[in-house]
Amino acid sequence: MSGRSSVERRDEGTSHRLETQGLVLSYGDLPVVDDLSVTIPDGRITVIVGANGCGKSTLLRGMARLVNPVRGAVLLDGRSVHHTPSKEVARVLGLLPQAPVAPEGITVTDLVGRGRYPHQGWFRTWGTADDEAVAQALAATGTTDLADRRIEDMSGGQRQRVWIAMALAQETDLLLLDEPTTYLDLAHQIDVLDLLTDLNRQRGTTVVVVMHDLNLACRYADHMIAMAAGAVAAQGRPSDVVTAELVQQVFGLESMVVADPVSGTPTVVPIGRHHCAEPASRH
Amino acid sequence: MVLTTTPTAARRAPEQASLRGRITPVLLLAAGAVVLLSLASLAIGARSVPLSTVLQALTQYDPSDTDQLVVITSRLPRTVLGLLVGAALGLAGCAMQGVTRNPLADPGILGVNGGASLAIVLGISVFGVTTTAGYVWFAFAGAAVASVLVYSVAALGREGATPVKLALAGAALTAFFGAFTTALLLGDRQTFDQFRFWQVGSLNGRDLGVTASVLPSLLVGGLLALVLGRGLNTLALGDDVARGLGARVGLIRAGTAVAVVLLCGSATAAAGPVGFVGLTIPHVARALVGTDYRRLLPTSMLLGPILLLAADVVGRVIARPAEVQVAIVTALLGAPVFVVLVRRHRLAGL
Amino acid sequence: MTAYASTRLAARSRTGAPTVRRVRRHARTRSTTVCLGLVVALVVVAGAGLTLGDYPLPLGQLVATLAGHGSTASSFIVLDLRLPRVLTGLLVGVCFGLSGTMFQNLLRNPLASPDIIGISYGASAGGVLAILLLGWTGMAVSGAALSGALVSAGLIYALAWRGGLSGYRFVLVGVGVSALMLAVVEYLMTRADVYEASAALVWLTGSLNGSSTTQLHPLAVACLVLVPLTLLTGRALLVLQLGDDVAASVGLRVEVARLAAIALAVLLAAVATAAAGPVGFVAFVAGPVARRLTRGSGPSLVPAALVGALVVVLSDVLGQHLLPVELPVGVVTAAVGAPYLLFLLVRSNRAGVGG
Repeated sequence: MSGRSSVERRDEGTSHRLETQGLVLSYGDLPVVDDLSVTIPDGRITVIVGANGCGKSTLLRGMARLVNPVRGAVLLDGRSVHHTPSKEVARVLGLLPQAPVAPEGITVTDLVGRGRYPHQGWFRTWGTADDEAVAQALAATGTTDLADRRIEDMSGGQRQRVWIAMALAQETDLLLLDEPTTYLDLAHQIDVLDLLTDLNRQRGTTVVVVMHDLNLACRYADHMIAMAAGAVAAQGRPSDVVTAELVQQVFGLESMVVADPVSGTPTVVPIGRHHCAEPASRH
Repeated sequence: MVLTTTPTAARRAPEQASLRGRITPVLLLAAGAVVLLSLASLAIGARSVPLSTVLQALTQYDPSDTDQLVVITSRLPRTVLGLLVGAALGLAGCAMQGVTRNPLADPGILGVNGGASLAIVLGISVFGVTTTAGYVWFAFAGAAVASVLVYSVAALGREGATPVKLALAGAALTAFFGAFTTALLLGDRQTFDQFRFWQVGSLNGRDLGVTASVLPSLLVGGLLALVLGRGLNTLALGDDVARGLGARVGLIRAGTAVAVVLLCGSATAAAGPVGFVGLTIPHVARALVGTDYRRLLPTSMLLGPILLLAADVVGRVIARPAEVQVAIVTALLGAPVFVVLVRRHRLAGL
Repeated sequence: MTAYASTRLAARSRTGAPTVRRVRRHARTRSTTVCLGLVVALVVVAGAGLTLGDYPLPLGQLVATLAGHGSTASSFIVLDLRLPRVLTGLLVGVCFGLSGTMFQNLLRNPLASPDIIGISYGASAGGVLAILLLGWTGMAVSGAALSGALVSAGLIYALAWRGGLSGYRFVLVGVGVSALMLAVVEYLMTRADVYEASAALVWLTGSLNGSSTTQLHPLAVACLVLVPLTLLTGRALLVLQLGDDVAASVGLRVEVARLAAIALAVLLAAVATAAAGPVGFVAFVAGPVARRLTRGSGPSLVPAALVGALVVVLSDVLGQHLLPVELPVGVVTAAVGAPYLLFLLVRSNRAGVGG
């Protein structure tokens, strides 16, 4: 499982290891995710977007078996994720939740090392494979130099990279991240997203990210799922899916969709009540 | 249509709006209940006195009537003390929870009980004090010293007296004083024999002299607590936001601490350690009038006596002709209420 | 890009693993050194407990007696009187230390010590009820205390459980239940006559006076079962510390693990209280002290156990021999533990790290 070099990227992700079938998730009586069936394409970066409260975080947590479904199922390699032993799931699928809290005084190596839990047993507690995995995780996130530093002394960007390293140390084929860039400044956001892209391209890790920033989502996603009110509004390649109509439907925002001059992917340019140039320049 | 709110947030909004209108009826009802309970407290006891006699005793006092005598000499001081102690504890508890932003905070967390107990034991064993009136000064001194120590220790450092630091310092000092208290009690059986009765808070056997000696500090503490309402509201937003709004965080904290010490110290000095009133009353108040401290403080001040007098009356009745001390009843009543409150998640938002 | 990237990746990891090993070894070394130091201190203090007393024994004679070559008198004094006392103190300290650090870790709250959240008060209530209402003495009181602790723990858990266990709710319900138990205890003390009440007071304080070989056996057996089980939960505790979501996603069965850990922590506190009464402050202080010594961030189970043992044995030695009047261990632990906690608070507050 360690250090797979480049993976052949098929043009269309035909196989899928992770999918939901008729999934219904709720907090209390209100369904937050309503009868949702999606498949996550293997070896691709999938980004889930939507307005606040549309259910995207809940969907992610449901896929990671953190939330029990009211109805429906989440299938990982054909088996229901809720009926598979948790450690077994954890060796294949990892989740980095929103805003995780680190205990006081913990060092980088300690925190990343705790991600090795699913590979350890009652009596086999720590071995060379674990050292290697932690080292690779630190290297992949560029945090090797911070190995003996304490988390609380670090910047937000560094801290997020360390948490990603912890998820990497789990050595899973699928990695789910809940809003990993929300509290970071733009440079660190790009840093983290580039890092996730490296992981996907070099190791073939299937990455699923929940994000707020629609434009960065368009740039980095191979596959985008746009959610509204607990259901899928659209899914597919960003260039196919992201239109002004979709943005209006999902975010209630009037906009223009143009091509990003750097990456060529769709960029949503919002139209507010101020700062609009002459109507003639809009087409 | 943009979904910008989660379903639960939408549900919470109308609830808050209806609470805002409730303050006057709540206060009126509470005041009414206080009056009723006071009358009950004057009427009920080892011998039941009819209400008409009570009213007569209050308006046209005739010392030769035994019933009226009991009402005026024994039950009136008790009721007055119950009102004051209840109000003091309710206020102190509310202020304490506001300044520590911690629903766990009981005024006793400042080490008041520990300090008072040690001082009283010293008073009994070293100075030979035997009367409740005598205890008062020792208890108050002990409570004050303990609270000052706790607050000073907790206030050291950049952040000042945060909830966790206060609680830890309070627990540490309470245990420390408790150790000395126990050591003294283990060695001196006579002192123990006296102290074990003071240890259970009671309104029994305290005449108006006791009340009079704590009245000044109660009044000062009470007034100070009531004017801190706005400050506590601001403090509830967090230290940084509060400072940003121009609030003098250190001053508000210190002022609240002084108020709590005065109120709680006086109450403990007069009646002994009474638990649960300071801990539960603010939660009941919050359920009734919301989270604005300008409303919470007066409401707590009125709800406290309700609990205390009710507990005292119950204590007189359930083991007739003997009495169960008021602190026991408040614990028996208060603990289940508190647990129910915790379970119903009514602790959100201080 | 891929071939180049993969060799870069491999090269980086070649320098990475030794770094990881170095950092881990450094932390382990510190932890081991601390534990060794604590063990040495424990041996010294235990030795003091065995040699000091009305009949002081020179060290050589003590060693001989322990090896089985002592006189009848010294054998009696050491093996029948002092050794059970020291061993009881040691095991009680281990149990309290483990219990305290586990609770604080699980509930993520330094206040969450069995003394404060009601388990010890439940034990006190059980013991005092037995003494004052039922007139029991000795082992029966210990049994009543154990039952009291278990009942109150069960009550707190049941009352605090609501579709899951929230640490904050557990602590709050515990405080409520403990205040109630305390009221019951104090009430009973006012209703009994002064002699009975005095006996209850001694028991309430936590004392090793009743130690004997017969009482030591059940405690030792309980420890033999509970302590290894507790150490096995260590890794689960490390992962639980990171929050329920992270813990679940690395494959821990969160509710099961937490329930097992709490059950063990309760049993440890209950067993210790049954043996020596509610010796205060040990559970509260052991975890924070251990973490400060090892500069660790986890529950530090073994160091906490050793700190607990050291505190209890040292306090008993101080209380028995080095003070003008003999005091039970519970008084000394509070008198010693509280100032140390305050000192820790003051020092961390000054450095701006406290809270």
